[in-house]
Amino acid sequence: MRRFALIAVPYLWLLVLFLVPFVIVLKISLSDVALARPPYMPQLDLSTGWEGLKAFFAELDFENFTFLTTDDLYWKAYLSSLKIAAISTLLTLAVGYPIAYGMARAAPEWRPTLLMLVILPFWTSFLIRVYSWMGILSTEGVLNTVLLKIGIISEPLMIMNTPTAVYIGIVYTYLPFMVLPIYSALEKMDESLIEAAEDLGCSKLAAFWLVTWPLSKNGIVAGSFLVFIPALGEFVIPSLLGGSGTLMIGKVLWEEFFNNRDWPVASAVAVILLLILIVPIVLFQRNEQKAREAEG
Amino acid sequence: MRRFSWFNATSLTLGFAFLYLPMILLVIYSFNESRLVTVWAGFSTKWYGELFRDQEFLDAAWVTVKVAVFSSTLATILGTMAAYVLVRAGRFLGRTLFSGMIYAPLVMPEVITGLSLLLLFIGIGLDRGVFTIVLAHTTFSMCYVSVVVSSRLSSFDRSLEEAALDLGCSAFEAFRLVTLPIIAPAVISGWLLAFTLSLDDLVIASFTTGPSATTLPIKIFSAVRLGVSPQINALSTILIAIVTIGVITTSIITKRASQAQARDEQAAIRAED
Repeated sequence: MRRFALIAVPYLWLLVLFLVPFVIVLKISLSDVALARPPYMPQLDLSTGWEGLKAFFAELDFENFTFLTTDDLYWKAYLSSLKIAAISTLLTLAVGYPIAYGMARAAPEWRPTLLMLVILPFWTSFLIRVYSWMGILSTEGVLNTVLLKIGIISEPLMIMNTPTAVYIGIVYTYLPFMVLPIYSALEKMDESLIEAAEDLGCSKLAAFWLVTWPLSKNGIVAGSFLVFIPALGEFVIPSLLGGSGTLMIGKVLWEEFFNNRDWPVASAVAVILLLILIVPIVLFQRNEQKAREAEG
Repeated sequence: MRRFSWFNATSLTLGFAFLYLPMILLVIYSFNESRLVTVWAGFSTKWYGELFRDQEFLDAAWVTVKVAVFSSTLATILGTMAAYVLVRAGRFLGRTLFSGMIYAPLVMPEVITGLSLLLLFIGIGLDRGVFTIVLAHTTFSMCYVSVVVSSRLSSFDRSLEEAALDLGCSAFEAFRLVTLPIIAPAVISGWLLAFTLSLDDLVIASFTTGPSATTLPIKIFSAVRLGVSPQINALSTILIAIVTIGVITTSIITKRASQAQARDEQAAIRAED
């Protein structure tokens, strides 16, 4: 009996507050907009019994999804989200790998401190970390002021409100997600393997490419998914740094919902985003499982 | 052989400069007399004064702390239960669905979680406010808690619990007297993680709140959207300071605890000899 309660409480909580809401999103994505509260129809009216249920299902249709294909704003937003997420994942890898490598090769007594220095920004507000770049990248920002004073540029750079600013924002805020899994893969690595490769005639670079890189692969894959998946649905970074020129699907969903108050279309946007995300999420979980099996 | 080459030193220096310079600049400019970011007009704490005179910010801060305390406590209880179920309960009907629902919220885009919860609250006619944000935050942060706690649960020796049961403990007593003290560090860091996630959340809170409850991130977001404002610099500095002090304190405490534990273990080994 106690065992039943132990399982039932968290189970029911997640069913009601996580799974059921998705069913509702799916249902509303098949509904029509209405000038009512809530602003969609049909409403399920259980008091009319079976007939009401049949009428309810008869009124559901794929109209919102057809609408998404006719207006090229939406598929452009999906494509540009995919592109931005992919490029920023690669950039985060390029920035994060050397940091993780440096940490893993630092003296063991330094490692806990370095680890804490990487985690610390993760505990500080995400919103504030994005905001800190607004003061740096804007036309009268710190970066332009410094570069103009040194004389590297004669005209202020327009970085704010461009995709470049979004890339910088994503790399900056998601960097710990990339560094930590790569670090934990590199830290476990046996350094004598590199020495062996060098003794056998490898150059430093070849030893890195043939030994270190493959051994850190699980960390690279895990980190890349941890950056790519949330970046795809990102809302805060494109709205603060990207301006009106950057199209990302998280922002489109937000505006569809809050500005246009078109709940059915917002729901349809969410359903498709979820469908796109299923592939990377499944791949990510497979990678995690593989890593766990390799360890155990 | 030490492989700490110039390459490693440079990459660490550049990497940490990239991570910390933006925040350091934010802290410096929070003490700037001028409204403009780039013009240094002298040291001043006037933006802090303005921040503390702004009733809306104070109200939002209070709502945020209330939500974070309630939701992280609830999430810790539910998340620990869920972790226990995942690691110890064995097979039961719908186990795959259960573990799926634990891991899925970790990777779900916030816009989707927020939208779906809002549609649920409207569907069942729940008035939106502090209560609905607490429900929403509890749901996603209990999953983080259960991941943290379950990794600790699965790594410790189960025979300790069995010994307690053999010695006449009830299942609950064995949990309270044996399991809980061992997993306590994970439970505490789970609570802290849930607390920070709740403090930090903008998107889900924006969807699930009503006009009566504005959290600090929502307030900051609407202020920041209009441009750079010096009060936000002051507020950011305060938040950065709180987090830094908190993280350093906990790391010192855990370091001391692990040192004490190592000492005890060594003493025990010596006593055995």
